[in-house]
Amino acid sequence: MNSKRFITAVAAGAAVVMGLSACGGGSSSNGGGSGGSGGTNTPAFNAALNSVFNPSDKKGGTIRVANAGTWDSLDPGETYYGYSWNFIRLYTRSLVMFKPAAGNGSSELVPDLAESLGQPSDGGKTWTYKLRKGIKFEDGSAVTSKDVKYAVLRSTDKVTFPNGPAYFEGYLNLPAGYKGPFKTPDINTDSAIQTPDDQTIVFHLKQAFGGFDYFAQMPQTAPVPQAKDTGAKYKEHVVATGPYKFAKNEIDKGFTLVRNDQWDQSTDPNRKALPDEYDVSMNVNADDIDNRVINGDLDIDVTGTGVQPASLSRVLGDPALKANADNPSAARTWYTSINPTVPPLDNKACREAVEYATDRTAYQTAYGGAFSGGDIGTTLLPPQIPGATNFNLYPAGPDNKGDVDKAKQKLQECGQPNGFETNISYRAERPKEKAAAEALQQALQRAGIKLTLKAFPQGDYFSQFAGNPPYVKANKLGLVLNGWQADWPDGFGFLSQIVDSRVIRETGGSSNTSVRIPEVDKMLDDAIGETDKAKREADWGAIDKRVMEEAVVLPGVHAKALLVRPKKLTNVFVSQAFGQYDYLSLGVA
Amino acid sequence: MPATVITYIIRRLFAAVVLLFVVSAVTFAIFFLMPKLVGATPETLATRYVGRAATADTVRETAQRLGFYDPIYQQYWEWVKGIFAGADYSYGSGVEHCPAPCLGYSFRNHQPVWPDLLDRLPVTLSLAIGAAILWLLGGVAVGTISALRKGTIFDRAAMGVSLAGVSLPIFFTGLLSLSIFSYNLGWTAVGGSYTPFLDNPGEWAYDLLLPWITLALLFSAQYARLTRAGMLETMNEDFIRTARAKGLRERTVVVRHGLRGALTPILTIFGLDVGLLLGGAILTESAFSLQGLGKYAIDGITNYDLPKVMGVTILAAFFVVIANLVVDLLYAVVDPRVRAK
Amino acid sequence: MSQSSEDNLAAAAANRPAASGAPFLRVRELRVHFPTDDGVVKSVDNLSFSVDRGKTLGIVGESGSGKSVTSLSIMGLHKRGTAKITGEILLDGQDLVDLPPDQVRQLRGKRMAMIFQDPLSAMHPFYTVGNQIVEAYRVHNKVTKAVARKHAIDLLDRVGIPNPKSRVDDYPHQFSGGMRQRAMIAMALSCDPELLIADEPTTALDVTVQAQILDLIRDLQAEFNSAVIIITHDLGVVAELADDIMVMYAGRAVEYSTAADIFNSPQHPYTWGLLGSMPRLDRERTERLQPIKGTPPSLINVPEGCPFNPRCSYAGTNGDLSFTVRPEFRDIGGGHHIACHLPAEERQRIWDTEIRPKL
Repeated sequence: MNSKRFITAVAAGAAVVMGLSACGGGSSSNGGGSGGSGGTNTPAFNAALNSVFNPSDKKGGTIRVANAGTWDSLDPGETYYGYSWNFIRLYTRSLVMFKPAAGNGSSELVPDLAESLGQPSDGGKTWTYKLRKGIKFEDGSAVTSKDVKYAVLRSTDKVTFPNGPAYFEGYLNLPAGYKGPFKTPDINTDSAIQTPDDQTIVFHLKQAFGGFDYFAQMPQTAPVPQAKDTGAKYKEHVVATGPYKFAKNEIDKGFTLVRNDQWDQSTDPNRKALPDEYDVSMNVNADDIDNRVINGDLDIDVTGTGVQPASLSRVLGDPALKANADNPSAARTWYTSINPTVPPLDNKACREAVEYATDRTAYQTAYGGAFSGGDIGTTLLPPQIPGATNFNLYPAGPDNKGDVDKAKQKLQECGQPNGFETNISYRAERPKEKAAAEALQQALQRAGIKLTLKAFPQGDYFSQFAGNPPYVKANKLGLVLNGWQADWPDGFGFLSQIVDSRVIRETGGSSNTSVRIPEVDKMLDDAIGETDKAKREADWGAIDKRVMEEAVVLPGVHAKALLVRPKKLTNVFVSQAFGQYDYLSLGVA
Repeated sequence: MPATVITYIIRRLFAAVVLLFVVSAVTFAIFFLMPKLVGATPETLATRYVGRAATADTVRETAQRLGFYDPIYQQYWEWVKGIFAGADYSYGSGVEHCPAPCLGYSFRNHQPVWPDLLDRLPVTLSLAIGAAILWLLGGVAVGTISALRKGTIFDRAAMGVSLAGVSLPIFFTGLLSLSIFSYNLGWTAVGGSYTPFLDNPGEWAYDLLLPWITLALLFSAQYARLTRAGMLETMNEDFIRTARAKGLRERTVVVRHGLRGALTPILTIFGLDVGLLLGGAILTESAFSLQGLGKYAIDGITNYDLPKVMGVTILAAFFVVIANLVVDLLYAVVDPRVRAK
Repeated sequence: MSQSSEDNLAAAAANRPAASGAPFLRVRELRVHFPTDDGVVKSVDNLSFSVDRGKTLGIVGESGSGKSVTSLSIMGLHKRGTAKITGEILLDGQDLVDLPPDQVRQLRGKRMAMIFQDPLSAMHPFYTVGNQIVEAYRVHNKVTKAVARKHAIDLLDRVGIPNPKSRVDDYPHQFSGGMRQRAMIAMALSCDPELLIADEPTTALDVTVQAQILDLIRDLQAEFNSAVIIITHDLGVVAELADDIMVMYAGRAVEYSTAADIFNSPQHPYTWGLLGSMPRLDRERTERLQPIKGTPPSLINVPEGCPFNPRCSYAGTNGDLSFTVRPEFRDIGGGHHIACHLPAEERQRIWDTEIRPKL
């Protein structure tokens, strides 16, 4: 059994080498497909990463989609999964959207419902959008700016829509006591959103926010007709504005999308709308999904988080399968929080000792290696976030296995020459986090730092344990395994919830457990208000560096996923905004 | 005689109702009390049901909406009241009345639980009953032949295979058989296929064939071993010798006299197994992506969706209780010695 | 074993007991051997006997002496493959040993039937008594269920079950022990068998009931004129029932004669032992009962010489003959057969002076 596994591993390794050389050869003969929009029909590893695979304009057919779990919600006002934001563009249109294009273009924002990107005024406190003309709901009624306003307002009712993002209620200048249109229908909300005419919508913010277009791309700005709104039940009958509408919808089981005859291609420069139908089933066995996608019996694993461990070696080990796979990055970092509230980690040098002693290769291996885990990270920001810079404050030696001498030196400096003991927590349901905790335990042992592993249930991980400051302190959780994915590929989307000390709540529930740097809070405020895109992006990089200087975060892996390219589909390419295939442009061959 | 049987059934049903209350109360207590022991507050519980980066207000409002600020016994009372009197539920733009029996609304997706259960029951029912027939026939046949040919190659092979059948996990055999028979050979339906019986019985059977066989394999292995042991014992009984001494054909001896005696204890286990399966064949439903009660329960558990968990628990407990009752009554039909008592 | 002794034995079987015409059942040189991992178990070794219609043979011996194995061999009830059966079992001239199993099956229950020891375990607990009798009848008679049922009721009536019309629908557990045995007999008699084998028919019953059952068997035999074999460990059971008695020890016959001979002038020390351990109400009690000392031998390693020698008080009185030479089973006159090395006069002396007075 063991020897068999070893052989498989060797074979996989050999295939990796072959795959890489094949890839290099392919791209040179193609004349360089990495430019962006160029297309290719030759199967090769990562062929859809930066170019369109199998470009086509052929219409018709059905795309078969499966989800191993269930949608958090199909309601544009409540959904918060990345894949859902990718997919929801098929049946709703928000003010702004990520450009459906291959390569770097995919993280660009382009207007969708709006004629152009938002027009800031008042130093970034006011944002104005003009809607395109001629956009209709699936019942034929015209979409007006009031429908957009209503959609945004209803999404702030978190009793009815608890799952959705809370940016709008946080930033819009809503009147005090406003609880959404269901509970407080009579409160005038013009202080937050104005609709001077049916095509214009004006957002008023409490504070300047330069990246408001990112808010405007959220599905929460997709129009909802108030007359058809059934609150928590609206997800059963979402009224479509996109090229597809629901024909059948069984919550948590599956749904079918068919063409929406009220959608007009002339109002929509972004969508191709090639297939006639989407068939979606939920709660499908994850391993079965892999097998079916590999066999071509299924087109899309909609969550787009990569194949299961069982299929990983199979795909990597078979050159033919590997040539039909892509390995995109997700805007996600797996990292470890180093809590300065737990002595002796209150001493910066002690935290630095942890940084130096870490075996980064072992950390990467714990998450599944280069293909399904990701690249070794030395920064908090993943590289595809605009403004991210590549730096390494704590070099881990030539082989990336840790610099033990430097770690010991730092321990000397912090008054713990013989090392110290602390605890490391991880989510019990996540074997990869457990493996990473064990890797850290072994690596830090070399410098004399003894770690004790503590597992907690993931459902209560942040609310009760690792994200609960009094608990962390009382139970000496010096290190906390953590991970974060940006709501969208932008510094604000990535950083605001994990480096702002003001989101830490004493009652628990925050993903930030270790970053309490007043200077960083200030830098965040400045960057948020900055309306100049280039300047703002540079700010994010600076914040990343400042956080790393304090050694309160130990970056592990910038996540990647191994995706199997759908066999029977056309126009397949990875959207960098979502770190998975763009679901808007696919067609059936 | 019938009057005593009826009072017996009524007494048993009454006990069953009490049991269902106990089971539901325990489930409720586990769900709320266990986290409380490690310091959970209504807010930390509510954190499970809000999106990431939800504000403190959202968490509080969600805790309020789900009733987490009420004492546990009151929450339980509300739940029980829903079963008998129905419950009202606000979905934001209006209020929906969930008529009795109302097993509550999902904490997560706001769907009422009872219709969901009714929706999923046919899937589990189809799976369990089809598989049960297969495994009973297959297991008993193999076990009988094994017992009659004890020590032969057939016996050894059958017992070896059945040992493997018992030990192999169903998510392995399920996926393997899907991969071979559905994807490579194309003989059976792909994972997740299900057609309601009333829509098309042929399609129904075709879709469920592989799950049936896979699930039946697991159980028939056990039944083959049980039948073999039972038959070995029964075929050594004096009454078998008597049957032979009468000059009965061997087939009559084995089936009418041997199996009849050997199968009676198996009936008990069979009843309980089917009862348990009706509460959801969790692994099979997961492996074959069937939207049955088991998958629903898994959903509820992984999402901390108490009303779903409660719903399936109650239904599963109900089936087990009923199966027990049916087995006991059947036992009296099958074994006249029991009837006398 | 010498050739001559076998000749002797075959001749004995042919001669005994004096009867008109060929006996209904004749067993010759029957051997039933069971190969096991530990060796061959010689359950029955070179056994010959015969029974006429209307006559009763008692086979007596301790458990493990081979008497039940013999009866199961006649009925063909040994599992195929497990037992090696050689010799002849002639039922009305037809050799059952060579007959295909299915033909033996057709004889079972029809021409030969058997009554078993424990009627509770020997009847199926899940079927009514009537049902089981009907089943036995219908295997061999193509009649409707109603006819068979009526027959069953008649039979129950004949074996003395009161109110048979309603008892026919009772289950075995609803019957008392004696009633069950009566029902068992009714079942065995359902097809008027010509040979009836009763294996310890009264062992599981109360003493008072025992006598009733034995009476019943005797009455029925007279009525049906069938050959009967009664197998028992208790000489008392066969004392008044049997015409002939065969005493078995370690798979062999050690004494075989008329019942009168066996009780009046038994010749084998083992028979003496059996008589000594039997309570006799018709004589004055002299001493305590004399159980036979020791235990029956292993049938895999039967002792050299006379198989009874380890338990025999007289072994060794004639040199080491008892320990080295297997005694012939021979006719000592008048069809009285024994297998013993003791000289005739010595046997007579021991019987007259040591054994008879103590009985």
